[in-house]
Amino acid sequence: MGFTAAVITFPGSNCDRDMAVAIEQISGTPAKRVWHGDAELPDGLDFIALPGGFSYGDYLRSGAMASRSPIMRAVIDAANRGVPVLGVCNGFQVLTEAGLLPGALMRNASQNFVCRTVSLRVENSKSLFTAGYAAQERIDIPVAHHDGNFFADEATLDRLEGEGRVAFRYLESVNGSARDIAGVINDAGNVLGMMPHPERAIEAAHGGTDGAKLFESVMSELVNA
Amino acid sequence: MKVQVHVSLKPGVLDPQGRAIHHALEGLGFAGVNDVRAGRLIELDVADDVSDEDLDQMCQKLLANMVIENYRIEKVPSKEPA
Repeated sequence: MGFTAAVITFPGSNCDRDMAVAIEQISGTPAKRVWHGDAELPDGLDFIALPGGFSYGDYLRSGAMASRSPIMRAVIDAANRGVPVLGVCNGFQVLTEAGLLPGALMRNASQNFVCRTVSLRVENSKSLFTAGYAAQERIDIPVAHHDGNFFADEATLDRLEGEGRVAFRYLESVNGSARDIAGVINDAGNVLGMMPHPERAIEAAHGGTDGAKLFESVMSELVNA
Repeated sequence: MKVQVHVSLKPGVLDPQGRAIHHALEGLGFAGVNDVRAGRLIELDVADDVSDEDLDQMCQKLLANMVIENYRIEKVPSKEPA
């Protein structure tokens, strides 16, 4: 019994290999690599990851073109069936553009690309993706983005907060995100989008390992299921 | 048929690009600019039988992100006599 994961590669993805390495290192099973033009996902997936990068050169809006690519129809179907889906950075932008997560990721309020390790608070430590963290745990995860400024209307923000769907919150000023939101979960609890890169913090050589628990959480939930 | 789609940020949505442009205009010495909002113009050349409803759907499904943006469709009259 392995952990069957897929990493989707869009033209312009650049964190797909990092994501695949992280999944293999933590699960012991190589992730399947799927191209954006594929119409179908491999059978029996336990996990789908949408990586960071600049899919389609960020044409139109970040994530807009990728969210309409052929494979995304299959990803949306899988998400609606309950398959866990993680979108990191550009992957988060793709998930909002695809309508799997609320809100939108806009240009950073500073106008600057931000590339550094930031501190986050785990706001919901009971989700599929965060159960391995302690409640309100402070973790350090790298960010690298230009369009990470999370926007949603006040009613949506209130609903996300009230339903425990804010997974991570920045503990410092990063990109102007509404209420410092760094990651959100969908209504059903099986889709997480986040701007910080957990796959870049899984071994000591990365400078920190706080991202590993996210992948471990998903894997242990499945083993326990 | 030529169609112009004007995409703009909804009122109240912070526009960092507009703000930066505003700042740059002031830096060039232009006084009296109260506000700047940056948008996007998309020009389409579509068959004459494309309906208004189709154009609306194009905007809502791809050209604009309805969470943060509004759109306005403008049909550009042909310059040549029909």
